[in-house]
Amino acid sequence: MTANAGFTVEQRDGRAVFVFAGRLEAASIGGQWRPAMRAARHEHGHELAFDLAAVTFCDVAGAAFLASIEAAHGKTAELLGASEQVRGLLDRARITIPAEPKTVAAQRPHPRDVIALALRLMGSSIAFVGEATVALLRLPAHRRMFRLPDLLRTLDQAGVRSMPLVLMLGYLIGLILAFQSAVPMRRFGADIFVANLVAISLLRELGPLLAAVILAGRTGSAFAAEIGTMKVNEEVDALVTMGLDPMTMLVLPRMLAAMLVMPVMALALDVAGMLGMATVMRSFGFPLVTIARQVQNWVSAADLYGGLFKAVCFGITVAAIGCRAGLATGVGPRAVGLSATAAVVGGIVATIVLDGVFALIFYRLKL
Amino acid sequence: MSDAPIIRVQDAAQRFGARTIFRDVSFTVDAGEVFVILGGSGCGKSTVMKQLIGLLPPTAGQIEVFGRTITGSGREAALREVQRRMGVMFQSGALFGSMSLLENVMLPLEMFTDLPPDGREAVARVKLGLVGLADSATLMPAEISGGMARRAGIARAMALDPPLLLLDEPSAGLDPITSAGLDRLILDLRHDLGATFVVVTHELASILAIADRCIMLDRNAYPDAGGAIATGDPRVLRDTSTHPIVRAFFRREVPVPAAV
Repeated sequence: MTANAGFTVEQRDGRAVFVFAGRLEAASIGGQWRPAMRAARHEHGHELAFDLAAVTFCDVAGAAFLASIEAAHGKTAELLGASEQVRGLLDRARITIPAEPKTVAAQRPHPRDVIALALRLMGSSIAFVGEATVALLRLPAHRRMFRLPDLLRTLDQAGVRSMPLVLMLGYLIGLILAFQSAVPMRRFGADIFVANLVAISLLRELGPLLAAVILAGRTGSAFAAEIGTMKVNEEVDALVTMGLDPMTMLVLPRMLAAMLVMPVMALALDVAGMLGMATVMRSFGFPLVTIARQVQNWVSAADLYGGLFKAVCFGITVAAIGCRAGLATGVGPRAVGLSATAAVVGGIVATIVLDGVFALIFYRLKL
Repeated sequence: MSDAPIIRVQDAAQRFGARTIFRDVSFTVDAGEVFVILGGSGCGKSTVMKQLIGLLPPTAGQIEVFGRTITGSGREAALREVQRRMGVMFQSGALFGSMSLLENVMLPLEMFTDLPPDGREAVARVKLGLVGLADSATLMPAEISGGMARRAGIARAMALDPPLLLLDEPSAGLDPITSAGLDRLILDLRHDLGATFVVVTHELASILAIADRCIMLDRNAYPDAGGAIATGDPRVLRDTSTHPIVRAFFRREVPVPAAV
């Protein structure tokens, strides 16, 4: 394959004749492509001809090259010295790359379409909430579709198996929070109040919030991937055609499981965090009984219950977003990954926004 | 081009554990020929194909492709040289799911040629046009039917205009018109490019339309293993073979139950 493709442009009787020599194949025409297209555009308006007498070999890529020159020029070329084989190939290539291009209207999205798309997306989110509610109301009639093993499996996956992570993170957060606040507060002799600070922030905010972040990262993404894969494999369609409701079969058990595990996760995180705080306080010389008394005196039951209530709401939200991302999965292997990402990001963002709303409500209610 | 065969298979065998899929399979494929490998399910058609493309080293025997021995020592180096000159279409199309059909076909062009992007696209579009997918170039593999995926697989196999194309069941599951179009395409490419084809297929109409020669495998060719039961022009086999399985295949005669 030493013979490379080459071409020259000659003017014969007012025609632009492209004279080719050598092998016209993918390996050899690479360097010729751009000069040839430029030359073809330059000769626009003249009659075009290809002299192929010196071409030793031409394959489909070579034919595509010739057809592209015609397309760049705008006219079909007359073939000089072309073999039957090259004519046949070029005729086939011309079907895909016509010399006179069809005018295709530029496709730019109209702002109206973008708004319509956004509204449709919002509408489908609202529809999802509605469908889940309807499925919940109809549950007594569809008890068979609600499979207990699914619920227990999800409880195990989302709750029991995340416990080591929850306990470790809670302990570390308590430790860090106590240590970081104890150092400056000690300068004012207020280091005993570190116990209040850590306990209240854990119970009211950090416990539920961190539990929700763990749930979104571990479980929300798993929901999306699991249901998304079922969607891609047409398993969801199979359910529907069997007369089974995917909402009741797939979404409700997961939402219920998330709702049940979240308060437990938040509570475990609270306890582990306070242990972490106690570790720091002990190292500062406070006896355990003093720390416990301090916490008991300053923390009310409302702090605990408020936090657990938030945890339940976060759980429902994260699970719903995960399941919805799964059901909205598009086609192809990439779609499942996108759904999992959407579930995690959506879950965390929604949790934090919801936390802000709760802060406002609790403040108004003086809780 | 010399008259040496493009492919020479000598006494190839494949064993998986204690089970011998086939043994003593020998055939040659000449340049510019359409050679069909046919046989019932489980007879090892696709296994022979995998041996030819170097995915599976045969447990015994020798295989030469383009004059290079791709079995035994020096196998890796020989395969590297040979694989660029063959295009392979897998049974399901094996398109890369994260790329559009056009990008699938453009990938080998991007890797192995110095064509500029618009050149790659033009070449890839023509290849898709050849298999009737010019209008579906921007679709993703997940958005097309199985038949379209298989045709796109052929377009990708042809991306570099290889002199040897190996197609694993190209027309399975296609409607008769598309299938006939594909047969036409194979014959045209053979005529225009002098390309050599090795096709694994069941489709009788397709075999009779395209095959110059064929080899028929059967899982009960030997008492202990499968192997080749017939080689030659399929039309001659149809009219003259006395082997019950060959007659059953070509003439739809129900075979005498084989003693297993």
